Amino acid sequence: MSYQEKKNIVSLMSTVLISTIYFVYVLQRYQEVALNQTETFRFWGSAILILIPVSIVAKIIIHIMFSIINTIATKEKDPAFSDELDKLIELKATKTSHYVFLLGFVLAMASLVMNMQPSAMFIILFFSGFVAELAGIVTQLYLYRKGV
Amino acid sequence: MGKSLISNNIRSLRFNHNEMTQQQLAEKVGVTRQTIVAMEKDNYSPSLELAFRIAIVFNMPLESVFSYQDDPRKQVL
Repeated sequence: MSYQEKKNIVSLMSTVLISTIYFVYVLQRYQEVALNQTETFRFWGSAILILIPVSIVAKIIIHIMFSIINTIATKEKDPAFSDELDKLIELKATKTSHYVFLLGFVLAMASLVMNMQPSAMFIILFFSGFVAELAGIVTQLYLYRKGV
Repeated sequence: MGKSLISNNIRSLRFNHNEMTQQQLAEKVGVTRQTIVAMEKDNYSPSLELAFRIAIVFNMPLESVFSYQDDPRKQVL
């Protein structure tokens, strides 16, 4: 298995782990606090904003650990740059990811049209962001394995 | 996706050039080893620029390194 494939598998696992833990934490907090309409927006807004730095820091730490373990185990140096194949695969994965998120965004808007609670809209947005990221990683993994 | 219509004989050319490794070729043409692996498996058609760089490394014309096999299902009218 190539370095890129292993890196994508680690990304996949770290995304699932970080998002699941964070989402469970947010849902627990949501049930603990009684929110009115204005506070609901503030709650979900801050929940999504906090997720961004948390997931970036956690992923950096996980990737550094993976890089160290991989170098020790395989004695293979990490590629220091991304070449044309890496860039092409990344572009295709980003495209898939955007389509999935777009679908989630439409579903989130539909939830508002159907008079569902604002929290439902935020949960759908959160979930579609998660699924979009997974779709991007899986696309990369597939393209590295099957070719472009 | 999948098998490319452009095939190559990079593997045999590497072998005939002092058994050059994939990593050595990758460093000479400025890509990662994974890209050389993908090309040798016909899983990736390189850009024209990369194709020329590979041909220059082997000191051969482009056509001697890469060949194009048109899809027989496509009928040209």
